[in-house]
Amino acid sequence: MSTKYTQSPSGASRRKLLKGAAATAGIAALGLPAISLAQNKPIRIGMPTILSGRVAMLGIASRNAVALEVEKFNAAGGLNGRMIEMVVRDSKGQPQEAARVARELVTGDNCEIIWDAEASSGAFAVHEVAKDLGVLVVHTCSETSSLTADPKLRVPTAFRCARQGIHDAIAGGSYGAEVAKKLKLTRWMSISPDYAYGRDTTAEYFEYLKHFNNNIEIVGQVWPKLFQADYSENITRMVQGKPQAIYSCLWGGDMTSFIDQSSIYALFKDKQFFSPNLAEYAVLTAVKNVPPNMHSGNRYLRSFPDTPANAAWSDAYRAKFKELALNWSWQNAAGIGFLTTAMKKANSSDGKKIAEAMRGLKINSPFGADGTLTMRADDNTVVNYAIGYGSLTNKEPFMTNQVNGKWDQIYALEAEWKKRKGWA
Amino acid sequence: MDPTALYECVTSLSCIVTQTSTGLIIGSLLFLVAAGLTLIFGVLGVINFAHGSLYMLGAYIALTAFRITDSYILAALIAGAGVGLFSLFFERFFMRKVYNADVLLQLLVCYAFILILDDAVKIIWGHEFQSMGMPAAFQAPPVFIAGGIVPVFYIFMISAAALIGLVMWYIMTRTRIGKVVRAAAHNPTMTSVLGLNTTWIYAGVFAFGGALAGLAGALAAPVRSMSPGMGFSILIESFIVTVIGGMGSISGALVGALLIGLVRSFGSIGFPLFVEGIMFLAMALILVLKPSGLLGKEPR
Repeated sequence: MSTKYTQSPSGASRRKLLKGAAATAGIAALGLPAISLAQNKPIRIGMPTILSGRVAMLGIASRNAVALEVEKFNAAGGLNGRMIEMVVRDSKGQPQEAARVARELVTGDNCEIIWDAEASSGAFAVHEVAKDLGVLVVHTCSETSSLTADPKLRVPTAFRCARQGIHDAIAGGSYGAEVAKKLKLTRWMSISPDYAYGRDTTAEYFEYLKHFNNNIEIVGQVWPKLFQADYSENITRMVQGKPQAIYSCLWGGDMTSFIDQSSIYALFKDKQFFSPNLAEYAVLTAVKNVPPNMHSGNRYLRSFPDTPANAAWSDAYRAKFKELALNWSWQNAAGIGFLTTAMKKANSSDGKKIAEAMRGLKINSPFGADGTLTMRADDNTVVNYAIGYGSLTNKEPFMTNQVNGKWDQIYALEAEWKKRKGWA
Repeated sequence: MDPTALYECVTSLSCIVTQTSTGLIIGSLLFLVAAGLTLIFGVLGVINFAHGSLYMLGAYIALTAFRITDSYILAALIAGAGVGLFSLFFERFFMRKVYNADVLLQLLVCYAFILILDDAVKIIWGHEFQSMGMPAAFQAPPVFIAGGIVPVFYIFMISAAALIGLVMWYIMTRTRIGKVVRAAAHNPTMTSVLGLNTTWIYAGVFAFGGALAGLAGALAAPVRSMSPGMGFSILIESFIVTVIGGMGSISGALVGALLIGLVRSFGSIGFPLFVEGIMFLAMALILVLKPSGLLGKEPR
């Protein structure tokens, strides 16, 4: 009896060996480089922002600051050899375009993180996209408090590294109330842009102005459109109201136009003017004659906080871009500081892991009130940034007699405000 | 709505003076832009959608000319002439080719120029907003008339717009140039048969319309911050003015511009949240009740 082997054991082994060798070769040819590529492939971050139109400076100042900080991170070796690659797209300042661009950056350009450098109108739209796609988003320009304060909008992977209207309202309201007591300013009016930021910030400012000084009467409020060219009708409306003090959160070119147009009506004569947005180089360099009696919050100034670290950062920015840094510049630079620190802490570019690491993170920063910034864990928003109000002047340091915002006071009143809103 | 405030205003002479002058300020600039727009439409039959960009160009040219010459009047004249020349180039090399084309094609050519001019402004003047500042000659306290406030520069602006309007009226109604232009608008074929060069009439009208927008930009420069894309909002308002006044009617543009100006100034007191709404409502009503506009001619 003989046994016929149709397939020799040795032959089977050889085939297996050949298959194994082929598979190994395949892995070697495809798999290992893939792993290697993954290790070295850049971390793509999509940045929708405003690069055209009247507030293109917002996007350009943001993009510059991000470029400055990303360059430092990459030069230091990135995340285990992986470099950050920014993919920047123009939203033209239109919310629907911002949302479209944000979605395309993730689905079409394979970005892992959204860097939202949009004004408030666009930021809410981008926020919804990030929520829908489940990607990490950092808002770096929107100051509307509800974006991170309202729990209905809260997403674990959404953060804000920008000043907040409520913080400015408390610090500014406290300062304004003291000036009002000193100068006996009881009749107030406001002129602010007619959109979420303008409405919310003005309401919050007056709330705290009255909180610190109960002898305040609001005799009129004027709401021009965002980017309105002519303020004549609003100015004469305020002339008719005969206020002793005016509050405004107009910003950028709108603020410049308003000051220029108001000056020829002598609107500021015998009136005090308060705004969180005047001490910004873009405004200060554009307004040829800063009228007297103006008070402002710091947006971004080389001299505030008055530390060597802040001056050095401001000088580095100016040297690289031949421009002065703006408020959006520091916010974006600080945001990259949080992101890269969290990335290294998590040792990952995974959005969820970075979010975990970023929550509650404290970093050293030139923009901190005490040299540090914290990404508050409760609402994923930056706190402890340098905030202060003072009188405006025509030349450096542009703000004098400044009063620093007290963060303990801000935290306490913000918590009460959230409770009243049903947000805490 | 604040009818009490509006009532108090219309019963106070100082408020009437202040708000009426404000209406004239808003209206005079709108008139200059809308007059150019409506003139071009009336004669050439095309809607220059890039007209707002010519206004922007005028403001920026005035800024540079003012910085060089330190004379605001000269800067305004240079801006008007410069934009007029640019408009001539635009008409000769681009718009002329689409006169008989579909309105969509005309729109596309204009839109391309809007984008080109916005980018050109960014390259030449930068992306940040700029401000000319008030020329020294106008840095004077406002004038008080019956308790109402009227800034000195705005008196100049209203006077300049009124003067330009008068000159336009005189040219169009009392001179041979005006007769020729009206003839070309009425019957270009017959005008051509009579030996008049309609090609250059068209080019001249387009350049003049552009120069008006440029002058308006120069007049706005001391009080409005400049930025790429600034022409868009005034273009929208100018369209409203031309629709209300009647497409092709210069006197209609004047009436429409003053109407919009007064609605805005008094509206900001009586119904501050519905000023824009009133403007569009007026436009919608005119379109429904008298589609040719208040002073426009009914199509035959």
